[in-house]
Amino acid sequence: MIEAWELTKTYRDKKSIVTAVSDLSFTCQPGQIYGLLGANGAGKTTTLRMLATLLKPTGGSCRVGGYDPVIAPEKVRANVGFLAASTALYGRLTAREMVTYFGRLNGMTHAAIQARIDVLAGELGMHEFLDRRCGKLSTGMKQKTSIARTLIHDPAVMIFDEPTLGLDVMSARAIVTFVRACRDRGKTVIYSTHIMSEVEKLSDTIGIIHAGRLVAEGTRADLQVRFAESDMEEIFVKAIGGEVAVADALKEGMSP
Amino acid sequence: MNWGHIVTVYCKEMKDSLRDRRTLLSMVVVPTLLMPLLIFAVSFLVKTTVQKAQAEATSLVLIGGEDSPGVVAGLKAAKNLRVIAADRDYRQMVSEKRVRLALEIPEGFEASLKEGSPKTVMLYHYEGEMKSGMGVDEVDRYLRLLREKTVESRLRDHGLSPDLIKPFEIQRQNVAPPEKVGGNLIGGLIPYLIIVLCFTGAMYPAIDLTAGEKERGTMETLLCSPVHRVNIVLGKFLTVMTASVATIAFTLVSTAGSLILAGSLLMGAGGGSGAALLPVIAPAGILGVFAMIIPVAMLFAAVLLTISLFAKSYKEAQTYVSPMMIVVLLPSLLGMLPGFELSAKTAVIPILNLTLVCKEMLSGVWNWSYIALIFGSTALYAAVAIVLCVKMFNREDVLFRE
Repeated sequence: MIEAWELTKTYRDKKSIVTAVSDLSFTCQPGQIYGLLGANGAGKTTTLRMLATLLKPTGGSCRVGGYDPVIAPEKVRANVGFLAASTALYGRLTAREMVTYFGRLNGMTHAAIQARIDVLAGELGMHEFLDRRCGKLSTGMKQKTSIARTLIHDPAVMIFDEPTLGLDVMSARAIVTFVRACRDRGKTVIYSTHIMSEVEKLSDTIGIIHAGRLVAEGTRADLQVRFAESDMEEIFVKAIGGEVAVADALKEGMSP
Repeated sequence: MNWGHIVTVYCKEMKDSLRDRRTLLSMVVVPTLLMPLLIFAVSFLVKTTVQKAQAEATSLVLIGGEDSPGVVAGLKAAKNLRVIAADRDYRQMVSEKRVRLALEIPEGFEASLKEGSPKTVMLYHYEGEMKSGMGVDEVDRYLRLLREKTVESRLRDHGLSPDLIKPFEIQRQNVAPPEKVGGNLIGGLIPYLIIVLCFTGAMYPAIDLTAGEKERGTMETLLCSPVHRVNIVLGKFLTVMTASVATIAFTLVSTAGSLILAGSLLMGAGGGSGAALLPVIAPAGILGVFAMIIPVAMLFAAVLLTISLFAKSYKEAQTYVSPMMIVVLLPSLLGMLPGFELSAKTAVIPILNLTLVCKEMLSGVWNWSYIALIFGSTALYAAVAIVLCVKMFNREDVLFRE
């Protein structure tokens, strides 16, 4: 389970203080997908990095998999699988070595790692390229290796930060299928994206984030009723404050 | 601190680094091949040019000497001299290096040898030109011998012993053991070379393991693992240190090997003064240098990791690290100067202290209290640098610099 209470992150940029995330509160239950929808620069990555212990919140608190990321960051990371467009693979290691390395870092025994790799390689169709170096793999193969890396220790919580960014249709589809499979296995899943169709297809609960604040939250049906729109894009635009907000966001360099 | 995690990170980083062409080049290929190549090329060039100049007979032109046939005949008969007929002005011939020198025999020279009135023999040479200088020495030796023989015959004519003009002899004898001579000769150069290699050996892996990882996006992946940051830093630190120490080890082995080989190949056949070019160094001194370099390698590894971690990309890290080379070189160059001696003050100045103590150890002087002070102070600096590096690793504004 993921719980966040008034989660806030500010940082100093030259002489001014910038608020990246402000008073974000939400809950994500096991066996459910929480979709965090927002433009680039809305605060999605900062939020997920705080949950994954990569950044420390400056205000509020959260619990991930039963642990506080500030108090027990190692315990949180041991229960989390974090996959982002920015989490790359070691190009000079083979897919097997890459996954094994993360198994070892998670304190698994050699036998346990080998057994787990066998299962994951079977599920993801990785057998043919397991012993090839990651740097030489296709984008789809790299994505599968990354998935195997996040799943090697079978974490209870999965955090996805725009995992389909820059992927072709087939690879993106494989990711979406994989995220669903995670939910079906009872994992707690949080998924950030700026792609409306993805969030529609996947999420049990949708949270719309804009300028660091959670501006709307609910199931797709809830949001459709609240904003009197059926199209996700229209719901999003209304939630963030209408066309004026979109124009402002464009001026500030954010793109919906 | 979890040694299991440290070893896991270390093993992975070593494997990764050994598969990186740049690291491999700076750690193994350059130190193993560069030094032997340099030693062979330089010693071969020096040896061949010097030997060629030595083997060649000294060419000279004679000016005058028509009334001194005996002296001229003697000069022409001398094995290492080659008298060339002047076909133009002798000055021009010397300037154009057609001959090494010109020898002017004054009028009535041979007659004056018998009569006793002193005359002056002139040698015209080309100052600063090696061959001309060697030629002058050769002719000078020949003429001195002629003078000595003349004096001896005059003394005999007067019924006196030749010893009359040599009341005593002067002799020199070296008491320094060969390894001390060697230590003094290259004692300053070896630490300097080792410090440079220690630094360059650590440079590429340090950048690759920090800024390189950030650039490639693997740093975030690594930070997602449940390993404490201290263990990640120590694993990376040990990798950089291994690369640094390995660079030195490869260099020392290849340098020693090629020096021995070059000595036997090039100098052995030629004989003579060649062996003096090959300084003898006590093996204990080399081991001492190697032991003293460990804390310096630690210091370099930690400092380089800290600096390059701050950079966003490989290129940016190189920009930060390159000027460090000068900071490192300066104290090691100072250590080579004769005025700097090991004292309580200089023993706590990093790098300079290593240069000074290495110079001493290589010439067989073991000042244990200073050695302990140097080892201790450098290890302390290294520990501070590691703490700083861990602190940097915990700073999110450094790790996620946009």
